[in-house]
Amino acid sequence: MSLRNEEALRRLDEAQRLVRADGAVLDVGALPSFGFGHRSLMWWGTLGLIAVEGTVFALTVFSYFYLRSHSSQWPLDGAPPVLLWGSLNTAILLASLLPNHWTKQAAERLDLRRVRIGIAACLAMSFLFLGVRVLEFQTLNTRWDADAYGSAVWMLLGLHTLHLVTDTFDTAVLAVLMFTGPLEGRRYVDVSENALYWYFVVISWLPLYAVIYWAPRWP
Amino acid sequence: MSEPPADAVPAAEAARLHATWSDPPGLLGRLASIDHKVIGRRFIATAFGFFLAGGLLAALMRLQLARPQNGLVGPDLYAQLFTMHGTTMMFLFAVPVMQAFAVYLVPLMVGARSIAFPRMNAFAYWIYLMGGLMLYGAFLLNVGPDAGWFAYVPLAGPEYSPGKRVDFWAQLITFTELSGLLEAIVIITTVFKLRAPGMALHRVPLFVWAMLVTAFMVLFAMPAVMLASTGLILDRLVGTHFYNPGEGGDALLWQHLFWFFGHPEVYFIFIPGLGFMSALLATFSRRPVFGYSAMVLSLIATAFLSFGLWVHHMFATNLPELGKSFFTAASMMIAIPSAVQIFCWIATLATGRLWFRTPMLFALAFFFILVLGGMTGLMLASVPLDLQVHDTYFVVAHLHYVLIGGAVFPLFGALYYWYPKMTGRLMSERLGRWNFWLFFVGFNLTFFPMHQLGLEGMPRRVYTYPAGLGWDGLNLLATVGALVIAASVALLLFNAWRSARHGEPAGDNPWQAATLEWATASPPPRANFDRPPVVHGREPLWEAPREPRHVKGLATDAREVLVTTVLDAQPDHRAGYPDPSIWPFVSALATTVLFVGSIFTPWAAVWGLAPVAIALTAWFWPKPHETDAHLRMERAPR
Repeated sequence: MSLRNEEALRRLDEAQRLVRADGAVLDVGALPSFGFGHRSLMWWGTLGLIAVEGTVFALTVFSYFYLRSHSSQWPLDGAPPVLLWGSLNTAILLASLLPNHWTKQAAERLDLRRVRIGIAACLAMSFLFLGVRVLEFQTLNTRWDADAYGSAVWMLLGLHTLHLVTDTFDTAVLAVLMFTGPLEGRRYVDVSENALYWYFVVISWLPLYAVIYWAPRWP
Repeated sequence: MSEPPADAVPAAEAARLHATWSDPPGLLGRLASIDHKVIGRRFIATAFGFFLAGGLLAALMRLQLARPQNGLVGPDLYAQLFTMHGTTMMFLFAVPVMQAFAVYLVPLMVGARSIAFPRMNAFAYWIYLMGGLMLYGAFLLNVGPDAGWFAYVPLAGPEYSPGKRVDFWAQLITFTELSGLLEAIVIITTVFKLRAPGMALHRVPLFVWAMLVTAFMVLFAMPAVMLASTGLILDRLVGTHFYNPGEGGDALLWQHLFWFFGHPEVYFIFIPGLGFMSALLATFSRRPVFGYSAMVLSLIATAFLSFGLWVHHMFATNLPELGKSFFTAASMMIAIPSAVQIFCWIATLATGRLWFRTPMLFALAFFFILVLGGMTGLMLASVPLDLQVHDTYFVVAHLHYVLIGGAVFPLFGALYYWYPKMTGRLMSERLGRWNFWLFFVGFNLTFFPMHQLGLEGMPRRVYTYPAGLGWDGLNLLATVGALVIAASVALLLFNAWRSARHGEPAGDNPWQAATLEWATASPPPRANFDRPPVVHGREPLWEAPREPRHVKGLATDAREVLVTTVLDAQPDHRAGYPDPSIWPFVSALATTVLFVGSIFTPWAAVWGLAPVAIALTAWFWPKPHETDAHLRMERAPR
């Protein structure tokens, strides 16, 4: 982390050297035309979306436990969800961090060949994950209209799936663009921020997994 | 005050910038505009349009209540009227109009060429407009929502509100919150990354701070109401049971989620009002606002505390008493940062040279009205008194004193203040004074009697009342006041309409104000600043010029903005900027089809996604000529 900070500082210093104050004017013409991480606008936009969606997840989890606190048994009726597919999917999702990280680094080095390989791998894992997600829905052991427990579980899984579908679609569009063009430097920033968003989708899944699959098993 | 000629931009360069940053011609060009000034003006005009509509509904309610047993409006229409009025004022006026001013002003005040994510900004506007039109379309077809602006379940649930009325309400929330959340991201990114070189965070104007803090609050508060209304519409349309006690759901869950949003919402209406106040008081006291750091910290403290108050809307529910005491304490505590700001302003006024123009009158009225609203707020924060006056006109009086005093008075002042920047002409001072005094008198005539009516037990949301309860005179007085308010608002609109043609030309800086938006022409050129400024202090136009004064080296034949660092606003990189595009408009249309369609069939949420996905992809997909322009200017970071 501190290495990255130093790296960021070094880049910043370099940016400062490129700016020339010349009498009444500050000449910024020599500055780079894009930047990665918190230098880019896109990073802040992505972070804003993450804040919004993280809040939605947190409030949905709150609602789940609020409803649970008002009932004598949980699940209200029937068995907790089957562990197999959810756990398998958690493993797949965690594994998908690897190609994403690899792609992000390739993007930050502007390495088109590796970005193409990486983003294709990410996309393949997304589809795999979505496939298993269908099985997850089928083994929840409740329906959204069965009772409040079912509604809460479907809301949690549904919201997360919506994010997965959106990000899979984003990744697909970006992948096609990286193969067909037109390309410019900023597209690598897009790839990098797309990976950042995927990190969020993965990391936010861990508490959701714990809530959906383990909270009903916890006395 | 006038610029030395050495700084003048060659006419050819200014013309090139103008051409580069202009919208395409024709109707399509208008729909494709992503200029924050165009979007900001439309946004403000639309918000005032909804304000007018919401006000007319209120006038109708006041006419109905003018005398006992009045037959002008029946109970069914009355329920729609107060629901539409509250929903309009909170979701279609108060929050959006503040963001609309920010969309117009923030880029100018931080010295930027334009706003961050301009297409998203345009999309957010269209979504807001279409959501509002949907709601009023439904109202005109007699399917206007009728369960109150906070749509409590079980009344708003499927059992007690069959039909589509509440569904339209829930989808309106989806529209406006989507728009509000996107605007929040746009504003945060603009403030953090597009400030003029040298405008470190401790030099950011107080109004911009207020909008930044508001945007952060929006980010964490609006998701709650979006989740709540999604749960409501799912309960109503596909049979989920979030709020259905019969199947393990809970009605209070709605109240928690709604007020977790709803209380911060009051503050994201109020905090921009505080920002207007700081801008107006500095200019019309002819000195910087006293205690800049204390002001900023108070804004942030208010924002944090406002997330710990929501339960004070629920004192009449069966929550644990200890919990209520906690929320009473938190409600009292928010008086501290509010008082810090008020004292800073008083110090500003006490040591300034006051200039009593119309904007200043509106700013000064704030003190009178907000202090009254704040006082009744302290009363309502105590549980026993709250139980006594819950759901009475006392609460109606309180909330109007807080919201109109805290937000609408400063907002009207802000309109008079920035109107010359937006149009190049000043609004009439004489009409302005009439407007102000009628509004001030009318407001107090309408809402002050409501305190007494509430204490005398008149419940809110009743369409009529029997004679002989002692409520007749005060109700009639309130109705007279409402008509005075209506006259005053009509005067405001007339003034704005007439001054656009016949107003006195304003010049760059008619108020000799200190902030950067006054450093450029009125109305500003397409690229905002022919030469983007460099900042050396908090009040750039009140300080002796220092070098360097301007940024050089941004392209003039292609859209390019300067991105700076978050804390110190040091130049970091030049970013290529998007061209106008019709796709945000088309995407908003597609999203509208999805949202409105899903009121009638859940499957619309599935097939409706396809057009949205196509439009968004077309929006994102780079045009070859745009990419070529960017490649010509491209320089990779090392």
